[in-house]
Amino acid sequence: MSSWPHSHADLDALGQELVANGAGLFTGYRVQFDDLSLSAQMPRIAEALAFLRDNHQFQQLIDLAGVDYPERERRFEVVYCLLSLTRNLRIRLRIETDEDTAVPTATGVFPNADWYEREAFDMYGIFFDGHPDLRRILTDYGFHGHPLRKDFPMMGNVEVRYDDELKRVVYEPVKAVEWRNWDFLSPWEGDERGYAPLPGDDKVALGDVPPPPKGGQG
Amino acid sequence: MGVIVPAGAAGRSTVEGYDPKAHDPFFDGVSQQLADKGFITAAADDLITWARTGSLMWMTFGLACCAVEMMQASMPRYDLERYGFAPRASPRQSDVMIVAGTLVNKMAPALRKVYDQMPEPRYVISMGSCANGGGYYYFSYSTVRGCDRVVPVDVYVPGCPPTAEALVYGVLQLQKKIRRTGTIVR
Repeated sequence: MSSWPHSHADLDALGQELVANGAGLFTGYRVQFDDLSLSAQMPRIAEALAFLRDNHQFQQLIDLAGVDYPERERRFEVVYCLLSLTRNLRIRLRIETDEDTAVPTATGVFPNADWYEREAFDMYGIFFDGHPDLRRILTDYGFHGHPLRKDFPMMGNVEVRYDDELKRVVYEPVKAVEWRNWDFLSPWEGDERGYAPLPGDDKVALGDVPPPPKGGQG
Repeated sequence: MGVIVPAGAAGRSTVEGYDPKAHDPFFDGVSQQLADKGFITAAADDLITWARTGSLMWMTFGLACCAVEMMQASMPRYDLERYGFAPRASPRQSDVMIVAGTLVNKMAPALRKVYDQMPEPRYVISMGSCANGGGYYYFSYSTVRGCDRVVPVDVYVPGCPPTAEALVYGVLQLQKKIRRTGTIVR
């Protein structure tokens, strides 16, 4: 997504103008990945969205996404992607929150935020205050946990199979999965010593070289 | 690219041992019997499996990109219907289910329910890596690692996604399997 036809200087000027004349709704801005990215105050996010929609022609809410930064004190970010068709311009608006603090809903400003907020709630457990129907949207019925949180196990906690005696699909704790020990060493390039034996390569005498350093784990 | 040979006798003239004047003795025998007596005889289970393989109605279970190849297989280019393999929208009137795509946990009870609604004898073709064994999504929290955890599978078609040709081959393998086993369940 490029900023065309707007130069980075244009975006910079728009950011400065919004922060200066935005009635204190916006706390900062940066031009990142060819887009203007504004930080907003979490309690006034609906007001900020309405301000951009009514005064700056950002007619559409393209997407609303959650982001998890577990190292931060307030671990979640909610990102609103707006599009102005008349100005041919996209903008990002981001706020911070945590597991307990509810974000004011954007459904009053953009009705399509309904399902986006349900998705963010489903995937991250971010609460939206004033949402008309805040329940899970994608995950399984009776699902526990929020799968896109960084501390959610990638394999999940349950798996299903058909039980021939009970004559129905049953849920069980994950057990059938064997972990693979990923190493990202290329046998053609090698590590910093120029050597990368493949696991299970019995043609290499084990005493010849020290074992390779542990690669990342998948 | 291969050489395109005109159809008909000229096309087959390159086949070794083919004589267009000599008839196939089996077909000659059958047609003589038919002309002589007005009927032919066959074993009942041969006839039943022949009828069964010739009119397999398949139910689509398109879940992901494999479904696009499944549609292609029944489109004019590969035209599965020339094998009597015709799509049917209702599980209660179909013989084969093609599981085409990623089966997720939330879908699994629905898949099983639809399978249970199919009348016997029923067959399942598992199409693509995801349906065969989880494939790309093997380590995912929401994916069933192979649709054979939920329904019994007769034919596995490998690929990601398999080409329409591969699916046609899988269908022919299923027909061969039906012809070979030929069970009549009462």
